[in-house]
Amino acid sequence: MIAIVDYNAGNIFSVRNALEFLGIDCLITDSRQKLEDADGIILPGVGAFGFAMESLRERSLVDTLRAEAVKKPFLGICLGMQLLFEESFELGRFEGLGLLRGKVDIIRQPEGEKPLILPQMGWNRLDIRFDCPLLKGVTNDDYVYFVHSYRAYCDEESIAASAYYGGDVPALVTDGKTVFGAQFHPERSGAVGLGMLTSFAELCGVSHGEAY
Amino acid sequence: MLARRIIPCLDVRDGRVVKGVNFKGIREVGDPVECAEEYNKQGADEIVFYDITASFEGRGVFLDVVRKTAKKVFVPLTVGGGIKTVDDIRETLRAGADKVSVNSQAVKNPQLIKDGADIFGSQCICVGIDAKKVSENKWTVYINGGRIDIGIDLIDWVHKIEQLGAGEICLNSIDADGTKNGFDIDMLKAVCDNCSIPVIASGGAGRISDFAEVFEKTGATAALAASLFHFKELTVGDVKDHCRSRGIIVR
Repeated sequence: MIAIVDYNAGNIFSVRNALEFLGIDCLITDSRQKLEDADGIILPGVGAFGFAMESLRERSLVDTLRAEAVKKPFLGICLGMQLLFEESFELGRFEGLGLLRGKVDIIRQPEGEKPLILPQMGWNRLDIRFDCPLLKGVTNDDYVYFVHSYRAYCDEESIAASAYYGGDVPALVTDGKTVFGAQFHPERSGAVGLGMLTSFAELCGVSHGEAY
Repeated sequence: MLARRIIPCLDVRDGRVVKGVNFKGIREVGDPVECAEEYNKQGADEIVFYDITASFEGRGVFLDVVRKTAKKVFVPLTVGGGIKTVDDIRETLRAGADKVSVNSQAVKNPQLIKDGADIFGSQCICVGIDAKKVSENKWTVYINGGRIDIGIDLIDWVHKIEQLGAGEICLNSIDADGTKNGFDIDMLKAVCDNCSIPVIASGGAGRISDFAEVFEKTGATAALAASLFHFKELTVGDVKDHCRSRGIIVR
């Protein structure tokens, strides 16, 4: 069973819809026990970083997530991916989960070029840097759906795939073990995204229906 | 590089997709969930549902359509029509929409944009604008489906909604809408040059080349059409192939 962390994030239901469509057993929960019992955890999220960390803290989930993320496959999506890092400068300065080294800040405007439109909203092509279990079957020609104005600034070694938006933006990050983060929305990225969620379920040892 | 988006729009009344024909009768064109699935297969980058139901009961039926679609279609869904309050936004997002589109109500109560953006994030607040030309390089904003001129200058309104936290603009040209003579390039250019959030071009698409033209000549990051796709004059795939052949990046 995959646990989807319930902390008032907007896209919880989209993630559940996608997993259910794929025949993957899942549950939306804020119970520490259920997160500990799960085979894998998905941390969704849209909205502001500080507000999200506060919501996790109110539910006393921060330590549980930190502990579970190194024991079993853990996938942060969009803001959930940004929460994996040490800190964010979105509307202030906030501490993150610190599962990956790096910080989150606004997408910088490129020098001497036409200003970037923010948020980056739409489908962008992945540049795969290194192989990772979630990229099974994914190629450099595949597009995924992004909506964000902030991005990770992190170690090159954690970037499994990037997407170009005024510079190389980390798209899929990992610690090379159990922790994964997708800046894009796999649950909104058509067949490519559904494939990644299927790969995540496989990594968790959770069964799924026919391949999409 | 970020791809330009092609977005089919579905008008829904009492749970069915409808489309006005020649501004007179309303013609039913099908089941919204099936239409959305078909567009998804064609490669639609997002799907817009627009609720034209007037009744309270109809609203429930409409949200049910959104709910059913969200269980089967895994590209972004934008939902507009009938959204008047923060609670309406919440209910629509919970039904499975990724973004809501507010139009007349945003003009009547601009605070709705700010409240929506503060609570749910700018990324899910799309402001729809209907505008019409009044003189050279000057347009005004209309409400109530393009029927009432409220005398606000288009560019002033664009600046204002951006400040309030809108995440995207869907700009519909009343002059171009229904003509099939192409998007309103001048108006789109004026708006894109005056804001730094994404702009969706709407109104006037009739030929396959209209999409490539709007992307070549303006900063619009997406183009929307309804009847063209409904009546199968073109598929989303046809439009994308054409854009690709002209060097425009599409998914």
